[in-house]
Amino acid sequence: MARHVRKLSNHKITLISAETDYFFSRTALMYVYMGHMKFEHTQPYENWFWKKNRIDLVNGFVSKVKTSDKKILLANGSEIAYDKLVIATGSKPNKFGWPGQDLEGVQGLYSKQDLDNLEKIAPDKETCKRAVIIGGGLIGIEMAEMLRSRQIPVTFLVREKSFWNGVLPEGESALVNEHILEHHIDLRLHTNLVEILSDENGRACAVTTDKGDTIECNVVGLTAGVTPNIDFLKSSGIELGRGVKVNRLLETSAKDVYAIGDCAEQHEAIGNRRPIEAVWYTGRMMGEALAQTLCDNPTEYNPGHWFNSAKFLDMEYQTYGWVLSEQNKKDYEQHFHWRHEKEKICITIAYNKESKLFLGINTFGIRMRHEIFDRWLTEQRNVDHVMEHLKDANFDPEFYTQYENEIVTAYNKALGANIAPKKKSWKRIFSKVN
Amino acid sequence: MKTIKNIGLAIFLIGLAIFTVLPVVGTYKLNAETFSEFAASKGIKSQLFVSEIESKVVGNSFDGMLDFAPMVVDALESANTTHRKNKEYKKIIYTGPHDMAAELGKKSGIGFLVENKGLMWFLTFGLGIIGALLFILPNVILLGQKGIKNDGIYHQSSTNQGWIAWMVFIFLVSFYLVLYFRSEYAVNWTYLVDRISEGLSGNPAGHWFVYGFMYCTVMTVMAVRMYIKYRHNIYQVFRTTSVLFFQIVFAFLIPEIMVRLQMPYYDFKNAFPLDYDFFFQWNLKSLLASGGIGMFILFWGVLLTLVIVPVMVYFFGKRWYCSWVCGCGGLAETLGDPYRQHSSKSLFSWQVERWLVHGVLVFAVVMTGMTLFSFFTETGTVLGVKTSSVQNTYSLLIGAVFAGVIGTGFYPIFGNRVWCRFGCPLAAYLGFVQRFKSRFRITTNGGQCISCGNCSTYCEMGIDVRAYAQKGENIVRSSCVGCGVCSAVCPRGVLKLENGPEKGRINPTQVLLGNDVDLMELMNDN
Repeated sequence: MARHVRKLSNHKITLISAETDYFFSRTALMYVYMGHMKFEHTQPYENWFWKKNRIDLVNGFVSKVKTSDKKILLANGSEIAYDKLVIATGSKPNKFGWPGQDLEGVQGLYSKQDLDNLEKIAPDKETCKRAVIIGGGLIGIEMAEMLRSRQIPVTFLVREKSFWNGVLPEGESALVNEHILEHHIDLRLHTNLVEILSDENGRACAVTTDKGDTIECNVVGLTAGVTPNIDFLKSSGIELGRGVKVNRLLETSAKDVYAIGDCAEQHEAIGNRRPIEAVWYTGRMMGEALAQTLCDNPTEYNPGHWFNSAKFLDMEYQTYGWVLSEQNKKDYEQHFHWRHEKEKICITIAYNKESKLFLGINTFGIRMRHEIFDRWLTEQRNVDHVMEHLKDANFDPEFYTQYENEIVTAYNKALGANIAPKKKSWKRIFSKVN
Repeated sequence: MKTIKNIGLAIFLIGLAIFTVLPVVGTYKLNAETFSEFAASKGIKSQLFVSEIESKVVGNSFDGMLDFAPMVVDALESANTTHRKNKEYKKIIYTGPHDMAAELGKKSGIGFLVENKGLMWFLTFGLGIIGALLFILPNVILLGQKGIKNDGIYHQSSTNQGWIAWMVFIFLVSFYLVLYFRSEYAVNWTYLVDRISEGLSGNPAGHWFVYGFMYCTVMTVMAVRMYIKYRHNIYQVFRTTSVLFFQIVFAFLIPEIMVRLQMPYYDFKNAFPLDYDFFFQWNLKSLLASGGIGMFILFWGVLLTLVIVPVMVYFFGKRWYCSWVCGCGGLAETLGDPYRQHSSKSLFSWQVERWLVHGVLVFAVVMTGMTLFSFFTETGTVLGVKTSSVQNTYSLLIGAVFAGVIGTGFYPIFGNRVWCRFGCPLAAYLGFVQRFKSRFRITTNGGQCISCGNCSTYCEMGIDVRAYAQKGENIVRSSCVGCGVCSAVCPRGVLKLENGPEKGRINPTQVLLGNDVDLMELMNDN
């Protein structure tokens, strides 16, 4: 957002963070632990960038916000006055009051400090003989992947009956379950944490589960989702829910105070999106929109069609539009699912049972073109159209085996349709580019 | 599996150790008959040199090149000094002293090494190949599921610029220094591959044949590593096969076979100005003297640079050359792959890169202009500058030091494309075409980028790919060689190398796809 404000104006900009001196990409922390990158590689801008763009950086922890006299108070006692304040403090890992959750050796995976701590307590398989991860979401599986990259045995406790099945449809969730096991991760579905046990030094040494098992371990990863990181605002008078309540202009209840990113909570959810969107790109989009507002061009946060992506160990996942899990599926939503016989590749397409309107697609192991799906969703195409032009949407690297013919054949068989997939056309792909 | 790897490593290191001591061991004894034949065939007119060699070298037995070489070098240098002083220009020997030592050394080697060429080949190349394969092949199982396997790259001193990397650096730099400047120390290596050379061209091996053979061997073994590491990515598999094919067939086999057929030695894929001496007088003369094939090569060389290369770049980007065909690229993509992450992504490096690589291009073009001018006007100087000294400067600074010693020697420290990025004049030329008139681009997939930086980290050309991807912009950069690794390492399927219509290739976007449409139009109009 600071970058966009700078592009649009000459306002004085100060960024305050107690985490690191310079901005880095949180999403890449796992790759630092795994040895794919050094920490400096996670920083998208070189250190000189900030000064050159006249963005002041302050390493400090905000302990209080005084909206009445437009000041913030830092933990070191200093005060900073503001004209406009943007709260973008992100999240912190959920802790659900488990006994032992604050022991040494128990941590989430969110911040640079979490990464540093993990490096300390789980440097190798000799120091960390086993790790237990609580919570089957995206961070959980990332943490499992990280620890496995150093051959540390991992037990993965997942509350649900199948991995991430609140989001993924059955077939895909099952595919991920299989893949987790292939990576020699001790996956325990439908299992809850009861207690984290401590050794005589106050370090976690084991966990107990509701299945009656006690699992010895040196590290416990808490990855059961995140909560907005807004404790410092409790006395500020700003309206809070789980997050900082904002309207579509990202304004909070206090004048000239805004909130964006993981810590912002919309009064009313936008479409199928959640009121608090803890997603990388939404934070960025809110920043882009708010930068306009701050530079006298009031602009609502107005996200387009839902999309997202993730990587589960070696499997890439992308989604465009809404494909809801069995639990959340509406009555009219029907799925077409295709899975490759051997490879870890599958797709699920959601459509309206009656009107055949295309609702969304999930793919595993096939990359899809964002622009194309965004356009089809805007144009409210039906599922037959999507099938017919599926080749336009393929985004896999060149020479990859393409499965559209197989997919469409399976689709024809399942739905009694008679669709012939069209050859990829650059003309169609670029038809909207000006 | 780990044990097999360790055994492989041990065997490899033994082979490498034997290879490494070869330059300084062995026995050399030049007999009188060989020397007089040699002097006659070389047309040596310096009696001073001949008698010096006859008295001090011929008939004596020397322990190792360290004893032998100084004799020859001193004899030649002092003979030449005297001739220059006495203005006996016809007697001056124009073969370099170290080349002379190499040539005489080659004819003087005796003893175990020379009598057991096959065995020695096995103890060096053989053990190296077997050891390396034993080290590499277990990865099929050890790497587990197919996918991106970059675990631990920054934890290992071989790939994080640690002490092993520095050892490799020292070894490679020394190897290139020997090759370019002290070729007499490569004589023992040439014995290893004499039989192969004789089988191909009919001639005993010189040090450049050793280099060519070693180049192909190293590429082949490291290509196996590439196949295993990138087995999920068919683009990498095809690409690796292509560079390997062009290196072995076009750069190595065909030129050697052409020599056997009394044709000029020529690598048909090596395009000017990378092939900087293509228009040098000696080459033009040799081509013109070679009849039909010479004329064809001349025609082909010009066509390749002026038509084939740019037209192909228009359709496919410069990758068709740099990472599918080129030998330098081939080595970088096989031997150099473990070091690709070391290319600096800083803005400063980019500035240095642009000045340097375009500077070399200008240097090459000016030099060639002078060369052709001199050739057609039959003068040795252009505007008072000696053409041959410009050529020699280029050959030394760019051809040997930059492309060889720095280009490959610095792999473990500065990444695997130092030469291609900072020095290759052909890359600079292709870059212009790629940047301004080409169908190639790396498409960024809408708003999917999470700014993780894998793409930038593993870009061997030092392009900050993420800077484009996180803005939703396609990557259209003159330096991109299209290796496809950014696309491979991307965890979110954001990048795709593709050739498509020029329209929409460059797509500056301020606001990402997925954000409000009006806003996008507003911003993109600005």
